[in-house]
Amino acid sequence: MKKIILPLCLIGGLLCGLTAMAGPEEDRLAMVEYYSDRFPDVPLQEFANGLYAFDTIAREQWIEMEDFPPYEIAIEDGQALFETPFANGKSYADCFENGGIGVKQNYPYFDTDAGEVVTLELAINHCREANGEEPLLYMIGALAEISAYMAYTSRGHEMAVKVPADKPGAVAAYAAGKQFYYTRRGQLNFACSSCHIQSAGLKLRADRLSTTLGQATHWPVYRSKWGEIGTLQKRFAECNSQVWAKPLEAQSVEYRNLEYFLSYISNGLELNGPGSRR
Amino acid sequence: MGKPIKIRAKIKGDFAEIKALMPHDMESGLRMNPATNQPYPAHYITDVVAELNGEVVMTAYWGQAVSKNPYVSFSIKGAVAGDTVTLRWNDNKGDSSEKEVVLK
Amino acid sequence: MHRRLVLKGIVALGAIAAWPRLLWASRPDAAFIADNADDAIMAVFGQMPVASEQIKLKIPDIAENGAVVPVTVSTDLADVESISIVVVNNPTPFVASFDMGPRMVPIVSVRIKMGQSSQVLALVKAGGTLYSTSRDVKVTIGGCGG
Repeated sequence: MKKIILPLCLIGGLLCGLTAMAGPEEDRLAMVEYYSDRFPDVPLQEFANGLYAFDTIAREQWIEMEDFPPYEIAIEDGQALFETPFANGKSYADCFENGGIGVKQNYPYFDTDAGEVVTLELAINHCREANGEEPLLYMIGALAEISAYMAYTSRGHEMAVKVPADKPGAVAAYAAGKQFYYTRRGQLNFACSSCHIQSAGLKLRADRLSTTLGQATHWPVYRSKWGEIGTLQKRFAECNSQVWAKPLEAQSVEYRNLEYFLSYISNGLELNGPGSRR
Repeated sequence: MGKPIKIRAKIKGDFAEIKALMPHDMESGLRMNPATNQPYPAHYITDVVAELNGEVVMTAYWGQAVSKNPYVSFSIKGAVAGDTVTLRWNDNKGDSSEKEVVLK
Repeated sequence: MHRRLVLKGIVALGAIAAWPRLLWASRPDAAFIADNADDAIMAVFGQMPVASEQIKLKIPDIAENGAVVPVTVSTDLADVESISIVVVNNPTPFVASFDMGPRMVPIVSVRIKMGQSSQVLALVKAGGTLYSTSRDVKVTIGGCGG
């Protein structure tokens, strides 16, 4: 039985690397090395498929679902919403570079003027509000459908999230997201890292735990459990509930920082959203 | 009117393979609404009819245990390019949806 | 009067006899409310099935989510009239049936709900006889996947 030696920096969340100011890129490389060692037979891009990278029985069912996945309905509905102009005649395409097509890999980014992390879904609502429309709910429904369409147009693009070293706000937001990932919470007293780093690939009841690497690439997701498309922010709230911690609001500062950290860790992996999960 | 059916039809040698995704709640009538403490009313597809050039080739009867947003796949012998495949569902509330594709 | 009715009856019977593969005229509602598999099967077919090696039931050994279990039933039996799926431990075990006209390839795929771990039956009516095969499928409680 191969003994799994966890780099101390990954368990305790201490910064990896030789210098005191080691940052996101060192973290990402440490993750890639850790998971490549732990799952030597899994090609790097496969981590973007979560537990299906190493759970063969679940993978077969996922492949069957992917043959004609229910999220196709969400993509179509999302496209229709995306292409419908606002009351003032403008449209979503006016708010995004490249008309909003094939841009998801650049999100989240840190808005230095506003001093906050901007996720794609936050940007969608900013666009609506800037054009006199009511904001949409962040977990399910119309916004998730628009996000599904935009994710679909971005498939194949490599995640390319930036944490500029010369922007202290961005660096701090990334650090806060990372801190959140490693902080124990809830009555079960688990951190995200407890399951997804220490126990990745192992079974929690009947589920195999996915790796941190690749967690952010496939959103939004049609979960069979939800029977509809839902966002990563919804999943954060759900995971927190499942360790009996109080879930935070979708698109709260903490969850946006968390998405910033998680997305950076998946830099270099191809986006493959929207996805299907149990 | 029910939501539109998505169909993928592919001629494979001497038969045509039809795959369809049908947006529908498929509410069993057993699931409880926590807000009202009453079950969500049953609302599910009861039958599905497939036609080739206007002639019924298959009729499916479904109950509440077919999954939400049902997927179905079946194959029709001897269907060729130019043939029309029609798929229609009816549900227990009298709703229906129909989609036609011409095989290529 | 009586003779005319008898004649009508004979003509009607003749019409049915000339079309051996009679598609079900209507949905077998009684089957869908039966709370056990045997009652449901008898309600639809009036006979219990004979085990057959010629039916292939493709279904996962462990369902990832009981709400969406992909199933494919295929057979190389001749003269297939219908294909049906029964989940023995569901509150109402009769899940779906496909009335197959002569133009259908005898294969069908659908996604079904399973309330709990159960034996799943695939029933094929072919040439007037009912055949079946079965698989045991586990439905589990997820971990944090929920």
